[in-house]
Amino acid sequence: MPHETAHENKSMLTPFNLVAGVIILVGLIITVLRFTGGLGAVTNLDDNNPWGIWIGFDLLCGVALAAGGYVTSAACYIFGLKRFHSAVRPAILTAFLGYALVVLALHYDVGRPWRLPYPIFLSPGTTSLLYEVGLCVFLYLTVLFIEYSPAALEWLGLKRIRNIVVRLTLVLTIFGVILSTLHQSSLGALFMIAPSKLHPLWYSSYLPVFFFVSSVFAGLSMVIFEGSLAHRYLHEKMDETHLKESQGVALGFGKAAAFVMMGYVGVKFLGIAIDNNWHYLATGWGLWFLVELVGFVAFPAFLYAIAAREQNLGLIRWAAVITVLGLVLNRFNISLVAFNWHLPSAERYFPSWMEIGISVFIVTVGVVVYRFVCKHMPILYEHPDYH
Amino acid sequence: MGISRRQFLGWLSAAGVGMTTTKTAVAASNKHFDGYPGAFGILHDTTRCIGCRKCEKACNQVNKLPAPEKPFDDLTVLSAPRRTRWDAFTVVNQFPKNGSSQPYFVKDQCNHCLEPACASACFVRALRKVETGAVVYDESLCVGCRYCMIACPFNIPTYEYDKALEPRVVKCTMCHPLIEKRELPGCVADCPKEALSFGPRDQMIKLARQRISKYPDTYIDHIYGEHEMGGTSWLYISSLPFSQIGMREDLGNQAASSYTAGPLAAVPVVVALWPVLLTGIYAISKRKDKIADAERIDAIARTVADANEEMKVKLAEMKAAMTKEKEAAINLEVKRALEEAAKQAAEESKDDQDTGSETSEEEK
Repeated sequence: MPHETAHENKSMLTPFNLVAGVIILVGLIITVLRFTGGLGAVTNLDDNNPWGIWIGFDLLCGVALAAGGYVTSAACYIFGLKRFHSAVRPAILTAFLGYALVVLALHYDVGRPWRLPYPIFLSPGTTSLLYEVGLCVFLYLTVLFIEYSPAALEWLGLKRIRNIVVRLTLVLTIFGVILSTLHQSSLGALFMIAPSKLHPLWYSSYLPVFFFVSSVFAGLSMVIFEGSLAHRYLHEKMDETHLKESQGVALGFGKAAAFVMMGYVGVKFLGIAIDNNWHYLATGWGLWFLVELVGFVAFPAFLYAIAAREQNLGLIRWAAVITVLGLVLNRFNISLVAFNWHLPSAERYFPSWMEIGISVFIVTVGVVVYRFVCKHMPILYEHPDYH
Repeated sequence: MGISRRQFLGWLSAAGVGMTTTKTAVAASNKHFDGYPGAFGILHDTTRCIGCRKCEKACNQVNKLPAPEKPFDDLTVLSAPRRTRWDAFTVVNQFPKNGSSQPYFVKDQCNHCLEPACASACFVRALRKVETGAVVYDESLCVGCRYCMIACPFNIPTYEYDKALEPRVVKCTMCHPLIEKRELPGCVADCPKEALSFGPRDQMIKLARQRISKYPDTYIDHIYGEHEMGGTSWLYISSLPFSQIGMREDLGNQAASSYTAGPLAAVPVVVALWPVLLTGIYAISKRKDKIADAERIDAIARTVADANEEMKVKLAEMKAAMTKEKEAAINLEVKRALEEAAKQAAEESKDDQDTGSETSEEEK
């Protein structure tokens, strides 16, 4: 059982705190530059390349990698796989933080962030897929906040509200899956309006399906990946149930991911077949496409399958890391690499160090908050009063 | 310019008459939009353009844009390809012409699509296609997400990247404010070679056809913008293939919105089906659990019952065996007793005979 350790007395100058502190300081400086000098002062964006890594990484990858929330809660509460119960809270917390940070990152990217509620409350542009994404992310962030709140309420000792919220679990889970299906897929559909700009190997009328399916295995892999990190750094916060179930979670999720990823490889080839784009595979773009699909989807799927069969936890964790990297590669390819492939190389985009700085800053904020919440609230253990 | 103005007024009246008398054919499908009736268009006859940049200058003045680094009469800027920028809503580009030392010029600006990709992509309805044919921008709504710039197949909208607080998306407005005042767009009014003609779009198409049919050797038999991306308000005719003068020929004739119609149509399907499906899965999994529980309880009860039954049978068997044994023992005992009794009797009778005679003798 976790105890309140006397870490307040320890020095704050741990390596983690130092590195995180420097990153956050740099991030705050870039923030000032961004909101005084405009996007031009800190980014390499231009009129041909209006979206950079703040969309390609912070939005697209952020949302996909936060999919663990709906995947885990659906597995536990809808499909009734109770043995994954101890994985739900950490996954919901990650999803909630992930989405909150996506919204934070959007404040940097859009020109007038204080108008972000406009499309929802003032002038909805219902013909736009971005409207759908915005509405769903807004609603889902609310859902995630409510889903996460029991942990905070237990911490604060607010029993009555906590018990009311817990009773909403199933409804919230179903709502979460609907909203996730919609906006995960719509993030892919965003690019369907520009068939002339995205390379045909990545452009497909199946883009929404690809994005949705890949969000499922990205979410599963993120839960495994974070689980292994939490085991290393937050071990003392885990209770017996969590420790006992965690191996089953990793093996079960790895097995599920192997199936979903093989299905994904199948639909990706179906996408090529339906547009008859086979000939592009023989080009340099085709090679890059295969690196992404074979090297970063089929290969880790195979690793997952072997690891699940042989109960090899170490291999599962490696497969999870490769899958997460593959997801990032896919989102980068669609939003940055294969987007504007027609343009001469001099007019292509590459992020500035300050854009990367803000992305690293946002991830760091996420890690710091996650660590704080796990250290103080019942995430990796069950609160003794609510067994 | 006088001629242009006269022409313009003529077209205006024609458009007015057209709007009142022409019957519009209503197609069975509402999927194809040919533009607002009587909406204006601009025909750019690229064969007439001499690259003088007067249109750029006029545009700059009408839209009150900052003065460029190099003045508009400096034609050296044409040597490098340019695109629209926040401070230049239109640019003239120069292309090499086969077998001629003379370059070829094309003006580039917003094409004012009939079904604009940018307006379809805008999630806050800051971009709209209006009745005059212009695609206009409402600064008071724009969030600055730049999805319109992603969506535009012609790479036209630009962004004020250096403004920190109130950056706008900017592009050619087709001089919508001037059209509303019944004046010509700046570029059209100032073109010295009449490379630009303004009027109702359908008449511009007719004008283009006339020129093509009158000079079939000069023109390529295609009006760029008549159908591209669902049709645009700007139309182009050329003596060079359009792909050679920086205009893409692979855009297709579908409006941008048709590419996103599918995913948008899937939204209500997901919203309607998912709750039913997911609740169903939940119900099934819960029922499975319930049945499994019931079966477990049942199995336990059955095992207990079976055990009892078995015990009973065993007991009965044991009892039976015991009874049998007992009976056998009794029988044996009885038999033995009988035998013994018989033996005894026999012995007694024998003794009787012996002793009897004795006793009888004694009695005697």
